[in-house]
Amino acid sequence: MSWDWQVFLNDDGSGRTYLQWMIDAWGWTLSVAGASWVVAVVVGALMGTLRTLPNSPWLVRLGNVWVELFRNIPLLVQIFLWYFVIPKMFPAMKGIPGFVLVVFALGFFTSARIAEQVRAGIQALPKGQRYAGMAMGFTTAQTYRYVILPMAFRIILPPLTSESMNLLKNSSVAFAVSISELTMFAMQAQEETSRGVEVYLAVTALYAVSAFAVNRVMAFIERRVQIPGFIVAGGTGGGH
Amino acid sequence: MGGLDLTFVNWDIISNFVKKGFIFSVQLTIVATLGGILFGTLLALMRLSGKKVLMLPATFYVNGMRSIPLVMVILWFFLLMPTLIGRPIGAELSATITFVAFEAAYFSEIMRAGIQSIPRGQVHAGQAVGMTYAQNMRYVVLPQAFRNMLPVLLTQTIILFQDTSLVYAIGAYDLLKGFVTAGKIYGRPEEAYLLAAVVYFVICFGLSTLVKRLQARIAIIR
Repeated sequence: MSWDWQVFLNDDGSGRTYLQWMIDAWGWTLSVAGASWVVAVVVGALMGTLRTLPNSPWLVRLGNVWVELFRNIPLLVQIFLWYFVIPKMFPAMKGIPGFVLVVFALGFFTSARIAEQVRAGIQALPKGQRYAGMAMGFTTAQTYRYVILPMAFRIILPPLTSESMNLLKNSSVAFAVSISELTMFAMQAQEETSRGVEVYLAVTALYAVSAFAVNRVMAFIERRVQIPGFIVAGGTGGGH
Repeated sequence: MGGLDLTFVNWDIISNFVKKGFIFSVQLTIVATLGGILFGTLLALMRLSGKKVLMLPATFYVNGMRSIPLVMVILWFFLLMPTLIGRPIGAELSATITFVAFEAAYFSEIMRAGIQSIPRGQVHAGQAVGMTYAQNMRYVVLPQAFRNMLPVLLTQTIILFQDTSLVYAIGAYDLLKGFVTAGKIYGRPEEAYLLAAVVYFVICFGLSTLVKRLQARIAIIR
């Protein structure tokens, strides 16, 4: 089999080369992943915290239901729900662009996993930390804000790193609703050029590079926020 | 909430469209779990062997698979399989091979953690009674590793079951495709997606509840 990398310089029929198309697609992948990451971390932190509140059984239940709901439906099905079913059920949402819907789908899906990590991180702290906050006369909100959450977030950074890399990989599922990200590009360019191996190799490399970059950024954050003297335990990351 | 009409659902739809897909999804999950655990355990043993010639390829394979999205792996295998085998193969067979190969990487990480969780004294005890490496693994280390990791292995299987829906990318006929096809034919695609979500949720939530119970039982015995 012979290589033909020049295929990337061919015109894709709309006046741009396949290379330009691929770079655009990479941008979409990073945008989808980045925006979803923000949604996932904000919602995941909130839901994870709710699940550990001491005297609010209904908020704990809300957090638990959230996690079970978004964890037990395949991501692809969730994307279809956001993209097709919700606009049909709520006609007011018809005008929302597909990109936003996919960001919510991927963000909420990932938020369930992050909520689970946040809960585990908070519960991994010694009970004395919470009591110390109470003894100082802190309200529950203050205890969380000044005592529990700062430590819990440092604890969950390693599993959050692997979850962030998962999120980047999971953004590939957006192909199913025609977001023109890397996987969509791979499928279309493969069909049009019949140079599947070259196209897939390039796309695979971009995914690997992106995942590695996420890993490095998270490692940098981990070093920056480290508190000397606290050894933070790593978590075992499952799933994909 | 308006616009949804679920009255079109009847037993014929289930038996004509959904059943076939459900059977394939379950079959794919079982084959990929068993194959993944088998090859995953081999990969884990290679990585823990201490021999570079075994460690390096296994590490490369596992890390490589884990850094690529599953959808891309599915597409890769679907593209390359016909060239490697020399004849075209169906989407279903291609998906099965892909999932075994892909899941082996994830199961190998679980098995590696399981094997490493066994105290060194167990291995030394096996050596002390004159067991070979293979006997030691077979009778001392692996049974305990499997037992310790059983909840994690089962949780991974539930994730795997959810991931089988991604064979959508190559058009294989799985549970989701069954619903989507029925929805298209009856002109009710949205309702079909919703039903698919409910079915996946019931199966996955039920299984994960069972795994939690099992975990509690194992924790009590230990």
